[in-house]
Order: sequence, then structure tokens, then C-alpha cells
Amino acid sequence: MEIIAQRPKSLTDLQFTYCPGCTHGISHRLIAEAIEELGLRNNIMGVAPVGCSVFAYKFFNCDMAEAAHGRAPAVATGMKRARPDMHVFTYQGDGDLAAIGTAEFIHAANRGEKISIFFINNAIYGMTGGQMAPTTLPGMKTSTSPYGRDEKDIGYPIQACEIISSLKAPYFIERVSLLSPQDILKAKKVVNKAMLFNKENRGFTFVEFVSTCPTNWGLTPAKAQQWAKENMLKFFPIGNFRDKSMEGGE
Amino acid sequence: MGEKVLMKGNEAVAEAAIRAGCRHYFAYPITPQSELIEYMAKMMPKVNGTFLQAESEVAAINMVYGAAGCGKRVMTSSSSPGISLKMEGISYIAGANLPAVIVNVQRGGPGLGDIQPAQGDYFQATKGGGHGDYKLIVVAPSTVQEFADMADLAFDLADKYRNPVMILSDGLLGQMMEPVDFKPYKTEKEMEELDRQHFDWCMHPNQDEPNHHHHEINSLEIDPVVLEQHVIKLGQKYDRIVKNEIRFEEYKISEDNEYIIVAFGTAARIAKSAVDDLNENGINVGLFRPITLWPYPYDAVSKVITDKVKKVLVCELNLGQMVEDVKLGVNGKVPVEFLGKVGGMLFTPEEIMNKIKEI
Ligand SMILES: Cc1ncc(C[n+]2csc(CCOP(=O)(O)OP(=O)(O)O)c2C)c(N)n1
Ligand code: SF4
Ligand SMILES: [Mg+2]
Repeated sequence: MEIIAQRPKSLTDLQFTYCPGCTHGISHRLIAEAIEELGLRNNIMGVAPVGCSVFAYKFFNCDMAEAAHGRAPAVATGMKRARPDMHVFTYQGDGDLAAIGTAEFIHAANRGEKISIFFINNAIYGMTGGQMAPTTLPGMKTSTSPYGRDEKDIGYPIQACEIISSLKAPYFIERVSLLSPQDILKAKKVVNKAMLFNKENRGFTFVEFVSTCPTNWGLTPAKAQQWAKENMLKFFPIGNFRDKSMEGGE
Repeated sequence: MGEKVLMKGNEAVAEAAIRAGCRHYFAYPITPQSELIEYMAKMMPKVNGTFLQAESEVAAINMVYGAAGCGKRVMTSSSSPGISLKMEGISYIAGANLPAVIVNVQRGGPGLGDIQPAQGDYFQATKGGGHGDYKLIVVAPSTVQEFADMADLAFDLADKYRNPVMILSDGLLGQMMEPVDFKPYKTEKEMEELDRQHFDWCMHPNQDEPNHHHHEINSLEIDPVVLEQHVIKLGQKYDRIVKNEIRFEEYKISEDNEYIIVAFGTAARIAKSAVDDLNENGINVGLFRPITLWPYPYDAVSKVITDKVKKVLVCELNLGQMVEDVKLGVNGKVPVEFLGKVGGMLFTPEEIMNKIKEI
């Protein structure tokens, strides 16, 4: 879904490595545009995860670190503490953030680390070929849940926004969807807001993107979007969970 | 210089690190290194530095990765079980050519072991521990003064080679108090210079440099041809370190030695008293103490094995991990015996003397 004509300068001119119809490309663009629009390109550093977006460090045209699987929030913490005058973001998938990196994620949020985390929830391990993720829906078949995720055996999908909403420190928490052009326009506003708060050093900001993985879901991009609208949004309702700029006396 | 202070090893190395320009420290509490993290908690805010108690050793070492990627002098510390958790991050730091200092105040293992001094992490420190073809520079102090001096050395080596450096100490050195002479604090200008030396590779976004091109901190090379070149380059760096950085101490080593004791760290400290006593008793013994455990002083070991030497005794607080390296140095010229203590127990100088008399 091409909604932006020009490539933002905050993206390098490398070709994305994503499958056709994958939402990773869209979230990259939204983040890059926010960097550009807020004039942050020479004041920002990013951290790439391990997952399909492992090469994000090549795609974002700013200083970037590639983290070990799940450790991006810790790496970003080190970067922000080393350069408090600069701005730092991470880009992470669901396996990265909500399984192997749960501790790093929750503690960065709990410290109110002044970074932005962009979380791409596609309910699957894309890169390793479609295994079950902590966000895989009940009944959903993956290569390691061949009979469908049995929530009685392995639990329910992890809801990242809801979990960190129980913490006091996070400044901004919102879940958006990339499942339609209208949703993407709304998501763009949310990404810009999170980046603006980051620019103003207000605190920890978190944006979750309800995304698709057509390849490992075994669906066409259009069908994947339809399926996600009907199923993902039930477990992962879009909306704002925290916006301290709207609270009085912050 | 000139201000001798009575201090625990854990505190001395922390103070020396701050003086060496370390302004970023991330760690998780564990005995017997707690005085180190507590000292940093107290002092870092006073020098406008970062002290952060991480949620785990895994997180701490990855914070180190992030700060090192920004070209800062950064340190973490732990004791054996925590160092195991840091191994993932150490491999990434080595793979990404980042300078960083890691202090291991060793305790008894394996597993949870105990909290007494031990040297059971020799293999982990010198032969890998983390995955892949990488090398940690490993230095082993045997006095509190040396522990402190090694902070300075470790940061210099880390910067010089863009490589992680481990100070491998133990619970005894961490906890014992000795008088220490500190180097002066780095000046503002020296600190800026330290930063600047990394600008050609580190992440340093910068408003005044709008065309600053993008720097990547990374250990991933998906193309095997490219990764091959990357690892070969690492290997060449390790060759340079082997050539330039081997350090050791010879104590009462002479042409007339009949026995050579090889020991490092706390074990060498105990062996020193044994060597004095043995020589007073007319037994000619010298002590060879490797200071760098990697790169290991194989040639220097070989050189002290003169025709007069009958046997070599390796003394360690483990089951004999360094024996293999000593044997490589001795190269079959004479038998290599071993005296070890485990479980956090120490040998006495008498035990070493008796062992020498026995062999
Ligand atoms: C320590 C470690 N364990 C496992 C892996 C293998 N691995 C690579 S990516 C990945 C899952 C990524 O899934 P997700 O974070 O959801 O990202 P996606 O590919 O779906 O965008 C795994 C398990 C690894 N690289 N490192
Ligand atoms: S495997 Fe899935 S998540 Fe990965 S690039 Fe392809 S569509 Fe995107
Ligand atoms: Mg995923």
C-alpha cells in the first residue's frame, strides 16, 4: 500500500528486504517521516532488533546499533545515558519485545527511560519462518503450534500496551493499526506524537503497530489485512492507553 | 599520586575506573562484588556520570554495548554467575569491535557455588565463554594496588584495540583492604580527547555536522564472504594483541631455579610467601605470574624452563584450568604438577611448600 510518494531522507536508498505487502515497510516510513518532519535526523540514533527488521540499521539513515535478540531497550538505555543530548528509538518485533526481551522492555518502561519503542506486532516469528509468537492468537496455527495455539496449554497472547499501562512511569502508550489507509493516516499522527515527546525528552513513549505477515500467515496481503481486522483487533484493540500531556499538572 | 588510601579492592578498582575517565557504569548486585556497585552508586552522581542498576546482568552488558557504541568509557562488573549471563553481550561487543571493561570478582562455582574466592572462570574468560571466534583481553591482578592500576590499563587497551577487556579478580582481592596509590583524575580536556578518538566509527549524531554520515554498530554480516573478511580482520587484531600486550611478573626467577611455580592472581599472592620460605630453606624456587591470561605468555614460560629446572608446579583455585596453557609453554621439557583448591577454599603457603617438597 503506497501512500507516500517520496522517500524520506531518514531512509537510506537501500531496497527493503521485506516481502510484498509486509507492514514493516509502512512502519519504517512512518518513523522516518516523523524523524524528518521533526528535524531529528542529526539528533537521533536507533536500535534495530533481531527479526525480519534486523536490517533496519541499514534502512534508517541515522546512526544505528544492531542489538542482540530482545536487548534493544537495554542498548537504547546505554545510548541515551551516554548521549542524553540526543534522541533514541528502538524498533522491535513481538518475539523480540514480548518473549526474549520482556525484561528489558518492561524495565525500560518502568524506569521511564526517555526513549521511543516502536513495536511491530504481527503475531508470529516472521524471520525464522512462522513459529508461534507470544502474541499468536488462540487457535492460530503456526509451525510450532501446528494444531492451533491452545491457550490452556500455553496461555493467551501478551498485550504489551496493557501490561505497561500498569506502570506509573511511561509517558505515552498507544496501539495503532496498519490495516487500512485510514488507519495508517491515524498511525502517522500517533508516531509523530511519540517522536515529538521524545524530542522534548518527556519520557518513555511506546507505539504498538497491529501488523500483518502475509508470508507466514499463508495469505495474500489483502486477505491478511482482512484476517487481522477480524481477529487481531479483538485481542489488540487500537487506542490510546496513556498520554501524560493530556493530564493536568504533569 | 601520593595519596595512599586504605581501600577494598572492589572500591579501589571503581575509584580508579572513574579516574581513568569512566563515566558510565551499569551492573546488577552480586556478592562478592557488591562494594564495587555500591561505590559507583555513591560516586558516579558526584562526577556527573551514569550509575544504573540494571534489571539483570544481561541488560547491564547490553547497556554497556549501547554506551560503548557511543564511544564512551564504560564498565560493568559482576561475579561468576552474573558473568555467565554477560557472555552473550560480550560476544556482541567483541563482534562489533567495541571497547568496554568488565570486572569479574570470581567466586566458587559451578552453578550458584558459594561466595568465597575462586579462579574457576579461567576457561570462560580466556577461551571464549560467549559464542564465536572472539578474544577477550584478560588481565589478572594479585594486589589491591594492581587491581586499581588495571582499571587504567584495561580502558587503554580497550580503546587501543576496540576490544572488550576483562579484569579477572576474585572475592579475596575484592574484599581485602590494602593501601592504594591512585593516578590523578583525567582532565576535561583529556576526557574530550578520549571521546574524540572514537568519532570516526562511533555513533555520534551531531547538529553541527549535518552531513554526518550514518555509523552502524553491528556484529551481523549475513553474506558469508563479508563475514569471513570481518572475522579474519578480528583475527589479525588478536595477532597484534598477542604481539604487543603480553605481561607477566617473574619473582625470584634465576638460572639456578630447580622448581618453577606458575600461578596468577590470589593464588600467586599466596605462592609468593611459599617461594620466600622455600628459598630460605635452601630450595631454589622461582614464581612465574602471568598478568595477561589472554594473551598468554607461552614464550616467557618456556624461557624460564632452564636445564636446572626439575619440575613445574601450577597452583590455582580451581581444578587445574591453567595447567593446559602452562604445558603448552613448557612444551614437554619437564613434568608439570598441579596443586589446586576448590569450593572457595584457599591453600596456605605451607601446603605449597609441602607440595614442592613432595614432588
Ligand atoms: C538468542 C537468539 N535466539 C533466537 C534467535 C532466532 N530468531 C531470530 S528472529 C526470531 C524471532 C523474531 O520474531 P519477531 O520478533 O516477532 O520479529 P518478526 O520477524 O516477526 O518481525 C528468532 C527466534 C536469535 N537470533 N537469537
Ligand atoms: S516474513 Fe512476514 S514479517 Fe517478515 S518480511 Fe515477510 S511478510 Fe514481513
Ligand atoms: Mg513477529
